[in-house]
Amino acid sequence: MNVLSKIIIPLFVFLIIIYGVKKKVNVYETFLEGAKEGLIMVFHITPTIIAMVFAVNIFLDSKFLEGALGFLKPALAFSKIPLDIIPMALLRPISGSATLAIMNGIFLNFGPDSFIGRLASTLQGCTDTTIYVLALYFGSIKISKTRYALPVGLFADLMGIIAAFIITFIFF
Amino acid sequence: MVNIIWASLIIIAILYSLVNGNIEVINNGILTHATSGINLVLEMMPLIILWTGIMKIAEASGLLNSFARLLNPILRRLFPSLPKDHKALGYIASNIAANMLGLGSAATPFGLKAMQELQKDNPKKDTATEAMITFLVLNTGGVTLIPTTVIALRMMAGSRNPTEIIITSILATAVSSISGLTLDYLVRRKNKR
Repeated sequence: MNVLSKIIIPLFVFLIIIYGVKKKVNVYETFLEGAKEGLIMVFHITPTIIAMVFAVNIFLDSKFLEGALGFLKPALAFSKIPLDIIPMALLRPISGSATLAIMNGIFLNFGPDSFIGRLASTLQGCTDTTIYVLALYFGSIKISKTRYALPVGLFADLMGIIAAFIITFIFF
Repeated sequence: MVNIIWASLIIIAILYSLVNGNIEVINNGILTHATSGINLVLEMMPLIILWTGIMKIAEASGLLNSFARLLNPILRRLFPSLPKDHKALGYIASNIAANMLGLGSAATPFGLKAMQELQKDNPKKDTATEAMITFLVLNTGGVTLIPTTVIALRMMAGSRNPTEIIITSILATAVSSISGLTLDYLVRRKNKR
């Protein structure tokens, strides 16, 4: 398993370059073009990231969560679920930038190779932000009656979050 | 929605700290967290730029397209309400293929096009069709094979093995997508009766 996770990226890059060369694509120029798009993308998400890092971090600083979720502590300790992951799980369907900020905070506080660090990584990778995608896609074609889309999407998120917990427990 | 959440996070933080006499922490936070935000952007920037460059090659060489074609047989089963050669299917396949390869920004235009195509044969323009909802569920599952940003941040935080979470992420994603699609299928079947 460990080997597989280490070769997947080199393998990917290798295949893409080989296939590009075979198809006579100017791979270098194309790379530059794509990298430029990446740079613009980073530029566009910067304000969002700053807004979310700011809001999430002062929220975590205020220790409101420790106060509000204090009653959950025995249950969490019993199930070995770290308290610091709860805000991330709650915000996952709403804002990818907010959970990114929390995940990075967890890396800085506990290290990326800690249990909670791995859990946060899996959680960030496992679902997309349902509410954002729903608003964007349905908004673009002016659909206001979304029927059962939101409950089904949130159900998928919930199952993903539960799966992330269980899988991280099993793997690490 | 995000609007309300963002405001609530800040308002709760400031009020709660005022009540607890902890306002100094917030004061420091306001002054330093913008720097944390910029640092976060800087940490993920190199790998995002590299990856979008690599993926542009996959797009230009037609690899992304071939990958999308592989998905076609599966998609036809997932969207029984669409005719075999419906234009939306191609866009849906490209959207999912781009998402799988961690090309989020390339995926969105395909997704928007797919929605437009689906809207064309929607009898009630303000109401979502079954196919639209299935596509949305598939999309929010966020089928990602390589979570580039997460790997970048793990690397910058000094992880010994930044890519070790690829497998766990794929498994968790699969559970999420399959449960979503199953529930979607059950709801559709119940509505038919």
